[in-house]
Amino acid sequence: MALGKVWVFAEIAGGKPVPVALELLAKARTLGSTVEAVAFSPDAASAAGELGAHGATTLYAGTDPLWGELLLGGPAADALATLVAEHQPDLLLFGMTYDSRDVAGRLAAKLDVPVIANGLDISETDGVTVHSSAFGATLNVATRFENNAPAIAIIRPKSFAAEPSGGGAAAVVPVTSAIDPKHLTTRVTDRVADVAVGPKLEEASIVISGGRGLGDPKNFELLDQLAAVLGNAAVGASRAVVDAGWVPYSMQVGQTGKTVKPAVYIAFGISGAMQHTVGMKGAKAIVAVNRDENAPIFKLADLGVVGDALKVLPALVAELQKRRS
Amino acid sequence: MKVVVCVKQIPDPNTTGQLDPTTHLLKREGVEAVLDPGDEFGVEAGLQLVEANGGDVTVVSMAPERGLDAVRKALAMGASKGVLISDEGLRGSDALTTARVLAAAIRREGFDLVITATESTDGYTGVVPQMIAELLDIPAVTFAKTVTVDGTSLTVKRQTEAGYDLVQATLPALVSVTAGVNEPRYPSLKGIMGAKSKPLDRIGPADLGLEGAGGATAGQSISGVDPAAQRAAGSIVKDDGEGYLRIADFLAEKKVI
Ligand SMILES: Cc1cc2nc3c(=O)[nH]c(=O)nc-3n(C[C@H](O)[C@H](O)[C@H](O)COP(=O)(O)OP(=O)(O)OC[C@H]3O[C@@H](n4cnc5c(N)ncnc54)[C@H](O)[C@@H]3O)c2cc1C
Ligand SMILES: Nc1ncnc2c1ncn2[C@@H]1O[C@H](COP(=O)(O)O)[C@@H](O)[C@H]1O
Repeated sequence: MALGKVWVFAEIAGGKPVPVALELLAKARTLGSTVEAVAFSPDAASAAGELGAHGATTLYAGTDPLWGELLLGGPAADALATLVAEHQPDLLLFGMTYDSRDVAGRLAAKLDVPVIANGLDISETDGVTVHSSAFGATLNVATRFENNAPAIAIIRPKSFAAEPSGGGAAAVVPVTSAIDPKHLTTRVTDRVADVAVGPKLEEASIVISGGRGLGDPKNFELLDQLAAVLGNAAVGASRAVVDAGWVPYSMQVGQTGKTVKPAVYIAFGISGAMQHTVGMKGAKAIVAVNRDENAPIFKLADLGVVGDALKVLPALVAELQKRRS
Repeated sequence: MKVVVCVKQIPDPNTTGQLDPTTHLLKREGVEAVLDPGDEFGVEAGLQLVEANGGDVTVVSMAPERGLDAVRKALAMGASKGVLISDEGLRGSDALTTARVLAAAIRREGFDLVITATESTDGYTGVVPQMIAELLDIPAVTFAKTVTVDGTSLTVKRQTEAGYDLVQATLPALVSVTAGVNEPRYPSLKGIMGAKSKPLDRIGPADLGLEGAGGATAGQSISGVDPAAQRAAGSIVKDDGEGYLRIADFLAEKKVI
């Protein structure tokens, strides 16, 4: 372990660190001798227990109430730059999420160091190397930092499994640097959540996704029915149907949507464009139903059914109901 | 209102990209260059804003000479002016170098609002917009699903993991727009003809006070490229009316039902 200090940037939602922060902590423990976390949120301190239990010994916490009202990127990059100058971490890990991307990008520009994004893994042998995939995951690409400190890497969610370290709560070190008044004009005035029922896409053990091949937005009801009879299943979608306004963006799986790694992923009427498959190819098993036997999705499928999704779906729902009773 | 839109030209996304085995740079030879489809949303957003509020749209691109086609397409859609920054030394630039060049060009033009896409279709590092904003010392309201401007006040519906945030900011600012924010217009024949006489600045890094900027100064390098492991072939069956049974059995076998 050649790295000294590794920092994980932890976004806080509802007083808890977001899942990717815990995933990154698991990896950070294998890379550095000291693992610490940084968070900016009015209730950041309440995350010290969970962050500590996943390996962070210290939590640098900005708890000014303003952190709940401002767009994170600008002020968080400022505060982090000050902390970096003071504590000199070797590596900073960010999750590939909206707010973290903003913070990492601005921080890199402030510190005049490169940032490597879209990472799927990270390793350390004589320098830090970020591993990512290109061209629809047909190539693995390794990118190395050239001795710049700190190295800043943005890693896709679900790249690592979160794992408790058995550690106690992280020691909370308050971040005292004041927020520059120039940031006060950029405010989040409302937060709106799409209504979703059942388990989250990222956490469900079965993900059932629909694409343009379903023909009509109302056919997504068939996916909801299937999810209901399966239990612990969530419904996802391709970007084609999100862009068409059939379902909200929060259901999109893929390069510009969510990454899922369920036990089983079932794709109905999805062609299997590489921008879709990068978000689901980590599933343990993949089932695809598509009318076109040449659809690229069949290259990934453990079980492929060449046929009409609108015929298979109702029959499958009925069959599973029968097997349950 | 002065709007500057960053547009990138990329190898046609409908052909599979390849990395040069020795330089590890994207192979551009023999592949048609097009305006990044993501940036068409940015150009459209800029045009709609100046149509509603007055002003004009300038497009800025850092690309080799043949990136001219992408700039011309944006001009044909309705932008008033193009700036193309080209230099052999810029080949292989990382995100920060790209942002530094673009920020300098944007500053040179003057701006109230800078628009980019959230990520490029070929590179998708997705941090160039935030870096540009930091270098220009302006707010970055990223991942916009809708953008409205009223005087100097900017309102954005910003994509989040759960839904969206409503964000208010004050110009000057940068906005990165998500795909699908609007319906990019097709250049009309009149637009295509008119584009030829619109002002087009072709400059190099030296014109921006950035002599020597480029790939050679990048703080990162590609150290390996390998083919990814492919999934083992599965069983593909034609639905004979009982395909649903195969799926039910498969789910049972995987112990998820
Ligand atoms: C920068 C960028 C980022 C992107 N990010 C994403 C992303 O995050 N996620 C994503 O999904 N896409 C993304 N895309 C879009 C992606 O390239 C594809 O366009 C999209 O995934 C296609 O969606 P689809 O499979 O539903 O539609 P299509 O490609 O139109 O496929 C529909 C499929 O349905 C089949 N079909 C038709 N009728 C039936 C029937 N009755 N029964 C069964 N099958 C039927 C057809 O044979 C076809 O294969 C991105 C693109 C770009 C350029
Ligand atoms: N070379 C470039 N010229 C103009 N704009 C660019 C360039 N590179 C990136 N951008 C802009 O920044 C966005 C994000 O790019 P990236 O961070 O590379 O994914 C792109 O969609 C463009 O709008």
